[in-house]
Amino acid sequence: MHLPDGFLDTKTALFSAGVAAAGVGFAVREVRATLEPRRMPLLGLAAAFVFAAQMLNFPVVGGTSGHLTGGVLTAVLLGPAAAVVVLTCVLVVQCLVFADGGLMALGANVFNMAILSVFGGYFAFWAAARLVRGNSVRATVFAAAFAGWVGTVLASISVAGQLALSGTVPWGLAFPAMANVHMLIGIGEGLATGLITLAVLRIRPDLVAGAQAQAAAAGWSWVPYGLLVSVGLAVFVAPFASPWPDGLESVAAKLGFEEQAGRSAFAAPFAEYEVPGVGSATLATALAGLVGTVLAFGAAYLLARLLVPSLGTPHKDAPSRN
Amino acid sequence: MLHRAPPGLKLGSALVIVIAIVLMPRRPDALYLLPAALLLGLWPLARMPLGFAVRRMLVAEFFILGMALLTLLAPEALPVFLAALIKSNLSIFAMLLLIWTTPFQSILQQLRRLGLPAVMVTTLALMYRYLPVLAEESSRMQRARASRTFAPGRRLAWHSLTTIIGQLFVRAADRAERIYLAMCARGWK
Repeated sequence: MHLPDGFLDTKTALFSAGVAAAGVGFAVREVRATLEPRRMPLLGLAAAFVFAAQMLNFPVVGGTSGHLTGGVLTAVLLGPAAAVVVLTCVLVVQCLVFADGGLMALGANVFNMAILSVFGGYFAFWAAARLVRGNSVRATVFAAAFAGWVGTVLASISVAGQLALSGTVPWGLAFPAMANVHMLIGIGEGLATGLITLAVLRIRPDLVAGAQAQAAAAGWSWVPYGLLVSVGLAVFVAPFASPWPDGLESVAAKLGFEEQAGRSAFAAPFAEYEVPGVGSATLATALAGLVGTVLAFGAAYLLARLLVPSLGTPHKDAPSRN
Repeated sequence: MLHRAPPGLKLGSALVIVIAIVLMPRRPDALYLLPAALLLGLWPLARMPLGFAVRRMLVAEFFILGMALLTLLAPEALPVFLAALIKSNLSIFAMLLLIWTTPFQSILQQLRRLGLPAVMVTTLALMYRYLPVLAEESSRMQRARASRTFAPGRRLAWHSLTTIIGQLFVRAADRAERIYLAMCARGWK
């Protein structure tokens, strides 16, 4: 999902860079205020860890393979503010050492993968984890798997919005293409996030618990990040996502402009740059997104149910341990 | 030649070149010959080996094509598609010149002078230092796993890969503790 240079125009790149800088600034301030000095080197090691983990290829269908992105995983293992810093550093090194992801597009990449994906995903994690009572290992694995999916899809929608705002790809084409593909890719990300979280929980449950306790104890506020993410999404996605302009146009056409335009109105369904059926493709994608969210939620829950009682907690007869 | 130039100047010029390329028209145009000529002129000064450039360009091409295919979905998108290919390839080449002539440490120093927060500087420096260490550790674990597992199925492969990544994180966390103690012993504050 790394955007290279040349796909975003200047206004989109600059705006994304501004929002990304503000988000990273908030995160840095929070990390500085709440992270104990003892854990400071962990950020650098976690960034190296994310990079190393991204190099491992998971077999998918047929001969294809995919790899982890790791934003939501890092948020689960270290807390969201630390994850923003870690993922930003990963993207900076990928850009300035490996020429992976553009220099001018760095802000957009940071917004999509280090801010939107991390916070959107962590919000999903936080909310989903509260729905499962009793077994905290199961709740964490389920929420992590679901959040991994959510984070991936959110980032892809933002990429589509940035491409559309830049005028590179019309929204009616970018959104269905990006979102539908990433609803599938997200399954892998969610599965890997859940399984890796479970693996860490088995070896060192204290690491995850510590990070989550710290995020909770920091009096963690959603407001600045929520605001930032909303501003970004409002600019990238909202102008395109609303069905109303098209609806108004068609109403206007029915109410009389059609007469003025004469018969040509019927002959020109291709008049806009869009191909026929694209408006409905956007709607269908949004609906598929809703259905997909429900399915991902259910699948993540099943995964956690399946894995945790059989393999997970060593003392499943002693629930009070957690 | 370019190796000696101040890193800030190189970083700034790379940004200017990339912005100029991005601002150019969204169709194949003679204007693109300008940055192309400039970059080709800088190439000998950077003494960047052909093999390095080709290898890195090929890796990047994979991402570029993935994104560029999206532009092809729109009707009459061929000029946009070609322009995107030209723009991103020229930009990547500019970045490769920067990367080849400028060690990451000096870019980092420059970023610190420009006011990058200390948390980011420390994290970037540690990440760059320990990246090869963790990559080595990861491939060692994979080798150990491969020597014990004969032709794993997909399910087993996922199980062992996620376990390896989980283990890698735990080891990274342990290593971070030791690094912190070592840093303190050397007077870090």
